[in-house]
Amino acid sequence: MTVRRDWLTALAFLAPALALLFTFTHYPAIQTLIDSFWSTPRGRRAAVFVGSDNYARLMQDPVFLRAMVNNAIYAAITIPASIILALVMALFVEGRIRGRALVRMSYFTPTMLPLIAVANIWLFFYLPGFGLFEQIRSAFGLSPRNWVGSPETALYGVSMVTVWSQAGFFMIFYLAALNTIPPSLREAAAIEGCRRWTFFRRVIWPLIMPTTLFVSVNATINAFRTVDHIFVMTQGGPNNASMLLLYYIYEQGFRFWDTAYAATLTVVMVAILSVVGIGQFFLLDRRVHYR
Amino acid sequence: MDQNPDVKIAAIYTGSYSDTTTRAITAARGGRAPQLAILLSTDMFTMIDEDVVMPWDDFLSDEDMTSWIGGFYPAFMRNSQTEGKTWGIPFQRSTPVLYWNKDAFRAAGLDPEVPPATWDEMVEMGKKLTLRDASGNVTQWGVRIPSSGFPSWLFTGLVAANGQDGLANDAGTEVMFDTPAVVGALEYLVSLSKDHGVMEPGIIEWGATPRAFFEGQAAMIWTTTGNLTNIRKNAPFPFGVAMLPAKVRRGAPTGGGNFYLFKGSSDEQTRAAIDFVKWATAPEQAADWAIATGYVAPRPDTWETDRMKAYVAEVPGALVAREQLEFAVAELSTYEGPRVTQILNDNLAAAITGQKTPAQAMADAQAAADAILAAYRR
Repeated sequence: MTVRRDWLTALAFLAPALALLFTFTHYPAIQTLIDSFWSTPRGRRAAVFVGSDNYARLMQDPVFLRAMVNNAIYAAITIPASIILALVMALFVEGRIRGRALVRMSYFTPTMLPLIAVANIWLFFYLPGFGLFEQIRSAFGLSPRNWVGSPETALYGVSMVTVWSQAGFFMIFYLAALNTIPPSLREAAAIEGCRRWTFFRRVIWPLIMPTTLFVSVNATINAFRTVDHIFVMTQGGPNNASMLLLYYIYEQGFRFWDTAYAATLTVVMVAILSVVGIGQFFLLDRRVHYR
Repeated sequence: MDQNPDVKIAAIYTGSYSDTTTRAITAARGGRAPQLAILLSTDMFTMIDEDVVMPWDDFLSDEDMTSWIGGFYPAFMRNSQTEGKTWGIPFQRSTPVLYWNKDAFRAAGLDPEVPPATWDEMVEMGKKLTLRDASGNVTQWGVRIPSSGFPSWLFTGLVAANGQDGLANDAGTEVMFDTPAVVGALEYLVSLSKDHGVMEPGIIEWGATPRAFFEGQAAMIWTTTGNLTNIRKNAPFPFGVAMLPAKVRRGAPTGGGNFYLFKGSSDEQTRAAIDFVKWATAPEQAADWAIATGYVAPRPDTWETDRMKAYVAEVPGALVAREQLEFAVAELSTYEGPRVTQILNDNLAAAITGQKTPAQAMADAQAAADAILAAYRR
């Protein structure tokens, strides 16, 4: 009897959160999966069951394949670059330097700005002719480059913006982690005559590994999730050179109104993210905690 | 308000055109459609395909059809009518024009009062206007035709000038992307950077174009008449406004927004909505709107108002857009319009950045667009 009542009480406490989770997360996810097997309904033509047609179309779609390759390159750049930059900044501002608070704040500022604002600022940095980079280049007598307007450089141009805007955020986590390292370890290392690089590699790096895992999971999710700057800077162009998966989903869903295909793309994206996320936790978790 | 005490209008600001289209379609699908929305004129086929809008004709008398619908510039009605019905009422419409820097013309030894009238003149003048520093880097480009975001719009101006009447048929089921006129227009656009060196290579940012003009980075720019007020306020030099240059003829697309009438309202609401649009497009109101925004007033009677005459006397550039309407063609608009337009845009970008030849790019665009539109040819 008591067991039964406990169970009911628990359910009562869980109900509000469950209701929200089901309404706004699970139900749409299941509906998306179902939609991906149907055609897009138009006012004059109702949806029909098409089986795996949408998935077959996906494999034939050059823009989708391009977006996948682009997203892989984008992730391969932004994830390590943000992590390394965040760690270097954290190590730098952790030490005793003049104006430490000011330096910390200025490293963190890019994170506080909305990505749309950041993208607009960078758009002007990149402007051929009179942007910041161009003024620097022309001071050295280099010829102008159209950074986000050329297919060769557009993807790298938008990657830079992501690294710039998220590194400061990750720095905060590293700073917190560095502060938990006992000073006695540093003193012991100093007595042993250990060099700074060895101390970092053998003591600090293993101890902050859990933070690195957390940050890398976040960076991975961001590599698929943050596309705000694409809207402002390139709209996926030129000729899909900077097309990323989530932006392509938006384009299919809300510009072309092809909701079925957008649902199909979403299923693929969620599948990729699940595999990556689970893989990161299971594979890395074993080697993360210092024993 | 005083004249219609029984009608209340709730205006909703919904952001850009694409955001507004998203909101309107989502609302209509959810059974809570607005009575009216101002959406891109080129969204006409999308709205018909979604089955959320009604033709205006069903609610108008014969007299309305002649005096009201018939009173708009025909150029604007080309993106507003199909299947023999009127689906959009022109309201905030625009057209691209050429702005030129008179100081730069004078410095280059050109007559500051004479803009290029033809493609060849634009290249010749562009060569004189393109300035390089000692190390060979360009400090001022001759001309700037922006190509980011929606290059198809300005490109339609080149296609029209090369003698083709727009890029799609009136039914919205056929596109003409791979004709000699279109390929020739693209070859000209590409040659401005590649062969003549009068335009910056690569994709040129639309939004930064007025600023490039103010800063002397480009002596001639192509952009919308909607930028007239901005340029008038911010250009630190005298400038002129001209029609787009001609090849075999003058030509330019139209652009901008129409009023759409949505399904799902009561008769009373629909009647009130129509009355409101009649009021909004009446001469005095349309003149206010045109002067405040820089859009082209869509009816000849608006230009006859005293306020509009005073404005034109003050800003003669505003008149160029109206004169250009005579040569205007329809903006690219088809079923699955955003997707078809994106195909064209991608291939224009591929040609501009040298990934494809113009002929190859337009052949690819035609094939991809045909594959999509085949479903609509019944």
